[in-house]
Amino acid sequence: MKDLYLIYKNLTRKPLRLFLTSFAIFIAFLLFGAVTTLKSALDSGVELSADDRLVVLNSINFTNPLPVAYVNRVKAVEGVSKVTHANWFGGYFQEPTNQVVTFAVDPETYLDVYSELVIDPAQQDAWFRNRQGILIGERLAKINGWKVGDRIPLSSNIFSQDNGSSTWDFVVEGVFTGNDEQVDTGYAIFHYKYFMETQTMGGDWIGWIILTTTDPALNESVARAIDDQFANSSTETDTSTEKAFNKAFIEQIGNVGLIIFGVVFMAFFTILVVVGNAMVLAVRERTGEIAVLKSLGFTSPRIFRMVLAESMLLSLLGGMAGLGGAYVVVAGAKDAMAQFLPNLVLGTDTALQAFGFMVLLGLVTGLLPAYNALKLNIITAFSRR
Amino acid sequence: MTALFDLKKVAKSFVKGKEKISIFDDLNMTIEEGDFVAIMGPSGSGKTTLLNMLGGVDQPTSGEVWFAGERIDSLSEGNLAKWRANNVGFIFQFYNLMPMLNAARNVELPLLLTKLSGKQRKKNVETALTLVELADRAKHMPSEMSGGQQQRVAIARAIVSDPKLLLCDEPTGDLDRATADEILKTLQLLNEKFNKTIVMVTHDPAAAKYAKRTLHLDKGEFVEEGMAA
Ligand SMILES: Nc1ncnc2c1ncn2[C@@H]1O[C@H](COP(=O)(O)OP(=O)(O)OP(=O)(O)O)[C@@H](O)[C@H]1O
Ligand SMILES: [Mg+2]
Repeated sequence: MKDLYLIYKNLTRKPLRLFLTSFAIFIAFLLFGAVTTLKSALDSGVELSADDRLVVLNSINFTNPLPVAYVNRVKAVEGVSKVTHANWFGGYFQEPTNQVVTFAVDPETYLDVYSELVIDPAQQDAWFRNRQGILIGERLAKINGWKVGDRIPLSSNIFSQDNGSSTWDFVVEGVFTGNDEQVDTGYAIFHYKYFMETQTMGGDWIGWIILTTTDPALNESVARAIDDQFANSSTETDTSTEKAFNKAFIEQIGNVGLIIFGVVFMAFFTILVVVGNAMVLAVRERTGEIAVLKSLGFTSPRIFRMVLAESMLLSLLGGMAGLGGAYVVVAGAKDAMAQFLPNLVLGTDTALQAFGFMVLLGLVTGLLPAYNALKLNIITAFSRR
Repeated sequence: MTALFDLKKVAKSFVKGKEKISIFDDLNMTIEEGDFVAIMGPSGSGKTTLLNMLGGVDQPTSGEVWFAGERIDSLSEGNLAKWRANNVGFIFQFYNLMPMLNAARNVELPLLLTKLSGKQRKKNVETALTLVELADRAKHMPSEMSGGQQQRVAIARAIVSDPKLLLCDEPTGDLDRATADEILKTLQLLNEKFNKTIVMVTHDPAAAKYAKRTLHLDKGEFVEEGMAA
């Protein structure tokens, strides 16, 4: 600890070199923090999907509807536990740019299947009873400043009502949260019956079916049984796990993430070489000084630790600044990206991981010069000058 | 006076490739506590090598080096470092100050190896700098000081932890006459007033005059004082 001043003075003796090396480290950790956060935000959608939840879609694609009668037929398949369904509303509030992700659902069964959603029982009852009631997620409520009792008109960019209007009136009956911080609460759900009675396309159709199985191990056989049942009918289905569904949905972005990840790790490797080389040179320049310290009675292990501490300090200096920068960038992007990536938060996991890499970088770049300093012989160092 | 140093049958040789260069074969010497010894001799005669062995930074090929009743040539590297920190102050020809530390911080270095508190260290540094008449330069960087001033900082660094022994390798080799005399007077003061035992290697007969006695090293042996030119 007493050597800290000495270590600090060694680190800062060439300000330009310090700036350049720590800036390189800064950039690496900025990239790392931002990209890792982006990737985990993408992954969290997949990770959070329940294992035992299956989605039944029209096999043409997911914008094509299914007959409502399918719900009961799916329910009859062996291994199926709970079944619910949803319709895409395509809502916005006042301005088409102010999108509000909204689904028309069957209230009781939907909340039963999506058991990770948490609602006050009184609010839940009120919503069940009010046909025009809407249940909104906490994040959505926050963004728009909505609260229970508010009357909110939501417009659809797909559907319209008998009276020609494409705007539906809702009453906020409750606000739901998730049982886990990462559960997305950026959407709203309302009564399927209200939707069916008022929209002009008529008919008893639904967007897709969501079901749970009695055992995740049955997922595959249940999915096959469902799809077989509707094979060769006018509306064939495509059943997959929610995880697979979400995964396929973000696959394209995911691959981009992989590419960025590769770039970051290349940057890391380059920085490792650059900083490592700078450290070796910096210590070599000090050969005489290290010999003097040793002649004063500084032991070799102590000097080893000092060099290692210096590279560690350098790595932490640049790395922490980079991580801080990443935090600012992520926080700045959060609102802009809220629509697509609700979980864009630089998490503790990422920060800890980055910290681990900083320590690793400090160790790897410091080990060789520290070892050189450890082995440095006083006599040869003096006679070399 | 008691013997501070006792060198017994010290031999030192270097192996360079296939060749073995022998510097000393059978060197014996005694240095009493409180002595001020100048060592002279032609270049390559082994003066620096001898000083390094006295200072515990080099070890003899064979023979024994005793310091105050303790055999130091067989100490481990770590124990030698500890021994140096406790007993030896080095003064080099080119001062060897840390360029990024100011005078006071340079002088403080040996104290980082002690258990002294920051406050005590500061006090001791002040004392040492005052002794070499550089108290007013405490905050100056080495690059802002003359050669003579830098050497005095180096002396302050050598004495700050109050070692018994000062080892100087051509301490005035890079200085003009007047500055050299100042440095030598300081060494003399340290010897006489503070009872520091000093071994000083020098090429300069005028510098050697400050010592209590002069040893001439030639071809690996001490030549009688009177006999040397
Ligand atoms: N590490 C080493 N390896 C090989 N030979 C060495 C080594 N160190 C010293 N020598 C040789 O030992 C001999 C004595 O060297 P030393 O430095 O002790 O001489 P010196 O008397 O101090 O000379 P100078 O007056 O030039 O400083 C020289 O011939 C030198 O080349
Ligand atoms: Mg020499």
